[in-house]
Amino acid sequence: MLPFILKRLGLALLVALTVSFISFSLLFLSGDPAAALAGETASGEDVEALRRLYGFDRPMLVQYGEWLFSALRGDFGESYYFKLPVAGLIAERLQVTMILGVCGILFALLTAVPLGVVAAIRPNSLIDRVALFLSVAGQAMPSFWFGLILIVVFAIQLGWLPPSGAATWRHFIMPTIVLGYYAMPAIMRLTRAGMLDVLNSDFIRTARAKGAGEGRVLFKHALRNAIIPVVSLAAVQMGFMLGGSIVVESVFALHGAGFLAWESIARNDLPTVQALILVFSMFYIVFTFLADVLNAWLDPRMRSS
Amino acid sequence: MTDAADPLSQEIHGPTPRQILRMRAFGHKGLLFGLIVVGLLVLIALFAPVLAPHDPYAQSLMNRMVPPVFMGGSWEHPLGTDHLGRDYLSRLIYGARVSLLIGSIAALISGLIGTTMGVCAGYFGGKVDAFVTFLINVRLAMPVVLVALAVVAILGGSLTVVVCVLGLLLWDRFAVVMRASTLQVSRRDYVAAAQVIGASTPRILLTEIMPNIFNNLIVVITLEMAHAILLEAALSFLGLGVQPPTPSWGLMVSEGKNMMLFEPWLVLIPGAVLFVLVLAINLMGDGLRDVTAPEGRS
Amino acid sequence: MTDALLSVKNLTLSIPTGSGTLHAVRGIDFDLKRGETLSIVGESGSGKSLTSLAVMGLLSKTIKCQADEMRFDTIDLQKANRRVMRDLRGNRMAMIFQEPMTSLNPAYTIGDQLTETLLLHRKVSKAAARARAVELLEKVGITAAESRLSQYPHQLSGGLRQRVMIALALMCEPDLLIADEPTTALDVTIQAQILRLLVDLTREMNMAMILITHDLGVVARVADKVAVMYAGGLVETGPAAEVFSAPSHPHTRGLLRCIPQPGKTERGAPLGTIPGIVPSLIGDVSGCVFRTRCAHASADCRGPIPLRGDDSHAFKCVHADGALSAEGELA
Repeated sequence: MLPFILKRLGLALLVALTVSFISFSLLFLSGDPAAALAGETASGEDVEALRRLYGFDRPMLVQYGEWLFSALRGDFGESYYFKLPVAGLIAERLQVTMILGVCGILFALLTAVPLGVVAAIRPNSLIDRVALFLSVAGQAMPSFWFGLILIVVFAIQLGWLPPSGAATWRHFIMPTIVLGYYAMPAIMRLTRAGMLDVLNSDFIRTARAKGAGEGRVLFKHALRNAIIPVVSLAAVQMGFMLGGSIVVESVFALHGAGFLAWESIARNDLPTVQALILVFSMFYIVFTFLADVLNAWLDPRMRSS
Repeated sequence: MTDAADPLSQEIHGPTPRQILRMRAFGHKGLLFGLIVVGLLVLIALFAPVLAPHDPYAQSLMNRMVPPVFMGGSWEHPLGTDHLGRDYLSRLIYGARVSLLIGSIAALISGLIGTTMGVCAGYFGGKVDAFVTFLINVRLAMPVVLVALAVVAILGGSLTVVVCVLGLLLWDRFAVVMRASTLQVSRRDYVAAAQVIGASTPRILLTEIMPNIFNNLIVVITLEMAHAILLEAALSFLGLGVQPPTPSWGLMVSEGKNMMLFEPWLVLIPGAVLFVLVLAINLMGDGLRDVTAPEGRS
Repeated sequence: MTDALLSVKNLTLSIPTGSGTLHAVRGIDFDLKRGETLSIVGESGSGKSLTSLAVMGLLSKTIKCQADEMRFDTIDLQKANRRVMRDLRGNRMAMIFQEPMTSLNPAYTIGDQLTETLLLHRKVSKAAARARAVELLEKVGITAAESRLSQYPHQLSGGLRQRVMIALALMCEPDLLIADEPTTALDVTIQAQILRLLVDLTREMNMAMILITHDLGVVARVADKVAVMYAGGLVETGPAAEVFSAPSHPHTRGLLRCIPQPGKTERGAPLGTIPGIVPSLIGDVSGCVFRTRCAHASADCRGPIPLRGDDSHAFKCVHADGALSAEGELA
């Protein structure tokens, strides 16, 4: 298994490096970053001064190298807008996003896996149909709209939950549901398909022929095999969810990293945007790496090879 | 031997594959619903100037936030007016153009990129495959919404920019699916046969591989179209996509958000239309997959 | 016949389908004493596997199962609830399947899967269960049995896996072993070994065995009794030696002609085949189902078919001698 982990780690590092280069290149997408930074009213001399101040006059690769090495040390430069170190800004905001992400994926798993299992045990039953409806609707639901509807119903009409902010755990209920519902359909479909597949396999018949009870057959023998691909998917969805938190955080005014991203994009605060893209990508890369390792460990065929 | 009238010796004549396909398509409720709704919305988008009761850009400060007819409004504005007094129904109708245009063009661009990459990876394998797989990994690691927002913000929001950015970002699923399908098809004997008789590589790709992965391609195109439409709406909702006064459904939700407390329908209506369109496209894609599944053809 | 371990009378299995009811098994009888080996022979789709699954109570819920009698020892299998069936399965009746490659759970070790059966049915310690597993693995001819316990199914070859499946079935010393085409998926050389193993083990443990196969060569070597199935019905039953030396039903003779016999079949002579295909069993089925492929079929074959022969060797055919005399003229 060790060669597999090392190979996978190498790939993760290479992907991370490429992503870092792409997010750095964003700075040059606008043509002249100094001009963009100085604004439309600035004079030519001001732009030149800025160019030298930020080192934009040097070759791009040199700038990238410098940026990357600073980033590796945890220094992402200074925010153009907040005039504060970017790393500190992000670290401060990341907590809210992480809470939201973990709650979201837990919500998705705790609804999707049981629904998928029951739907697979009783295909075409009422629960199967409900599960199918929920997943089809979930894939088509614009999350910003879903969030606003929840606010209208549960915060404005019923007054049960606070409409925005992150002060208490109750503030996280609606954002968790919106973000979790985004990840739920795929997980549910995969669980259902996996369980259906496994339940029709020969070794389930063997388990029944042993005299194992239904519960044992379903959970010890079937789910253990069906859950392996779900683990990978959950990690991928977790990565997507953190990236998608920008929409949810802006709907519910949760001041997390996603909200920070929205603010910095709107304010042309490129160092912050670059750093955030890199951070979100890193989360995805780390999650999928861990998921692949966990996967290999769960699957004896990969563990021993 | 027994005579032909013996019930046991009667042969069963099944329907032809084409008949099975037709039967399945008409028996598939999701596919039918999807096709009808998408078809209807495409017609609405095409004939928007004829169908819209008002100019979608015409403001009327005297008639701001007139409620829809089912909430006490008048038939003059069946779905009411927005905060600038623009007819909501007309804006919705023109909004269908924006959504469908962005969805289809973005899906085409990304389809072209992703299919090329996927087919090459699947057919040539080896280093080409490793490189494409690596690119897919890189692409998946980038947060789509964030990158799209940042690029649109830097380049300035316009229909063209949004379409291009989405088109350049959403090719991953095409590459993944087309790679897998090509891998599967290129192991079949008829591909080996074509190679043996000395057919050129482009010829094999076009005449042996493409026709056999086309069904999967169509399914991914529909699903990615839905994805692009949702993303455009999200970008516009965040104020960094299509810019006002263009009638985009995401933008309409965003504009209605501030009046949500008193006039929730301003948010409900465009969001619901968006939901129905994306739902219909997804159902169409899922239905096509069910109907054209390989086991259904043989 | 009261001393029979397993007794099945008039078993009928039907599956509702979109185009009518599929009568997969139609009114078959058989019984089996302790230590006896019954072989059920038939082509693919003749209903032999379904019959064995019905005995095990493992039929899927969509299949309707009816019988005048289905008794295992003193237990009425039709009236037995799920708990009783569960206590029987793996404990007093065990089963080996056709596909050793997929019949073991890929996520657990051989040891876990072997001991599970024993731990489910007996109050024994884990150590005792492992000792029993090692003992049985050695008995089925697996070397280094101790170290195999921690291996996973994918690390074993097909032949080894089938040996593990046999060990698994024997964990609780069952009274009845059902082997559903246990050698079909294996190499020819392995087939003989596995078969020999099964025969030796049933003798040694005084087990009854139902051996399901489409391979008549297998039957000749191991079975005490043979039941020949065709399209969901029994066409001929009897002691193996008699059925082979004096096959009465045209279908049985047809099957026998399909295998070459050393000394009898001439070099270069074509092997026998049975022309035609198995008929559809959807809807009402009456008369002899083999008539669409039988060389001796007549109009009478659509009517009721008498059961001929005696208690031990019986066959179903309108012709008094199973058209054996007519066959001589044909050949």
